[in-house]
Amino acid sequence: MSLTHQDVARIAQLSRIAVTEAEIEAVGAQLNNIFGLIEKMQAVNTDGIEPMAHPQDVSLRLREDVVTETNHRDAYQAVAPLVEKGLFLVPKVIE
Amino acid sequence: MKWEVVIGLEVHVQLNTVSKIFSGSSTAFGAEPNTQASVVELAFPGVLPVMNKAAVEKAIRLGLALNAEINRKNVFARKNYFYPDLPKGYQISQMDHPIVGPGTLAIQVGDSEKLVRVTRAHLEEDAGKSLHEEFVGMSGIDLNRAGTPLLEVVSEPDMCSADEAVAYARALHTLVTWLGICDGNMQEGSFRVDANVSVRPAGQAELGTRREIKNLNSFRFLQQAIEYEIQWQIDTLEDGGRIVQGTVLFDPDSGETRMMRSKEDAHDYRYFPDPDLLPICLSEEQIERVRGEMPELPGAMKARFVEAFGVSAYDAALLTSSRELAAYFEAVAQATGEGKLAANWVNGEIAARLNKEGLAIGDCPIAAARLSELVRRIADNTLSSKLAKQVFEALWTSELSVDAIIERDGLKQVSDVGAIEKMVDEALAANPKAVEEFRAGKEKALNALAGQVMKASKGKANPAQVQEILRQKLG
Repeated sequence: MSLTHQDVARIAQLSRIAVTEAEIEAVGAQLNNIFGLIEKMQAVNTDGIEPMAHPQDVSLRLREDVVTETNHRDAYQAVAPLVEKGLFLVPKVIE
Repeated sequence: MKWEVVIGLEVHVQLNTVSKIFSGSSTAFGAEPNTQASVVELAFPGVLPVMNKAAVEKAIRLGLALNAEINRKNVFARKNYFYPDLPKGYQISQMDHPIVGPGTLAIQVGDSEKLVRVTRAHLEEDAGKSLHEEFVGMSGIDLNRAGTPLLEVVSEPDMCSADEAVAYARALHTLVTWLGICDGNMQEGSFRVDANVSVRPAGQAELGTRREIKNLNSFRFLQQAIEYEIQWQIDTLEDGGRIVQGTVLFDPDSGETRMMRSKEDAHDYRYFPDPDLLPICLSEEQIERVRGEMPELPGAMKARFVEAFGVSAYDAALLTSSRELAAYFEAVAQATGEGKLAANWVNGEIAARLNKEGLAIGDCPIAAARLSELVRRIADNTLSSKLAKQVFEALWTSELSVDAIIERDGLKQVSDVGAIEKMVDEALAANPKAVEEFRAGKEKALNALAGQVMKASKGKANPAQVQEILRQKLG
């Protein structure tokens, strides 16, 4: 499979990554290399093998339902670009 | 043309854990913005999610209550989308392997019961809140809600009216609060409903194009939104238009639904298994332990009330609308052995009065023990139902016992045959015209005479005895 110019632009848009027109060709080539690798892997016969959800065959450890975190808002917000009344401010987005 | 309505619901049930699904932050409602958002919810680089055991077991509870398959191995996936209320850039959810598989939920619509199929229920994290109003050109983000555990319960498109959809939502709401896995507070968003609605010409096999109404947070809005949407779709089709698949919002002020985004603009979520989380593996022991901790379910209790106390299925359904109400009724029914009478009082006077004063059963000023006394005094003929209502008033507004109120207000029913006969004789003597009419075959005249006797007794004569003695004397 080969990604078109449009495919690459759409992926970039969905990922919110700014890719210039000039870069699209190079990025597309890199992505197509990855797809080439996936194609090779897909050629391997996996009949009768149950797909794994994780490379390690172990199960999730669960924690008890207890509050262990305390309020560190000031420290966390000290590195935020814009803060007001305890809220993080971001460019207006309305869906 | 005749139209058929098809509705499926997706309900976001907020699980009532004290900490978040993937971190030890508190989930308490109403805190100052961002004081309950840890580095996990803020998506700092290098942090990892650690799954909350209580959220898993609460999901198992619902699965068992829905008679659903519990997937012994279930997997978290990333649902990718870009929005500032979810700083990671994806929501951790479950896609191909949800914790709860197919099950069923019984709903009561009027007199009939219907079984709605539940497709699945999966665990996921909630997003934060965006505040758009206060800031010029900016949005304020509060991540306290981010990471709150949700169980999204998806139904099959088995409902065919707004009434059925509301009945399903109510039944699920009763169940999750009954099981103690959700506080059920709809104003605070603990139970949010999305409705998928479509219409098709009656008899057509394939489904019509659906529109999804998002985020309905009351049963009234659910009813209104679906009714409006059904009518809008039918009108559109009958005017020769077509339905565009998409997501709509309900505006409670105008009572209308309006398009938010069409399918063409729908997100491409690019789901894939979350490499940060291993699969959840459930053992039989764990599932059986959870089963053992569950209370008797509303469906089973309803059947038992019909069987053990002889109440109607309709009454039993009302009585099992919450665990507190069911326990209250059962205490009265057990103490008195008068199931039907107890049901009439709990579903009648008690329910009406609680409703009028905006109280829950837990705040009822008449405890089960005091209502039991009242029911006992009705059953042993000390009180007529009319006098019982007077005692009920006094019970509601005072701390006195039933017997003390009867004594104080002289409300004891007169069942002494001699006393009633005397009053009957007086009434017959004073109303010769009514006596004549009754003897001439006018049945109504008897009621007039009985009324006179009741009046003479100040409402205290046993009404059944009055009727009986009147008939004897006139017969």
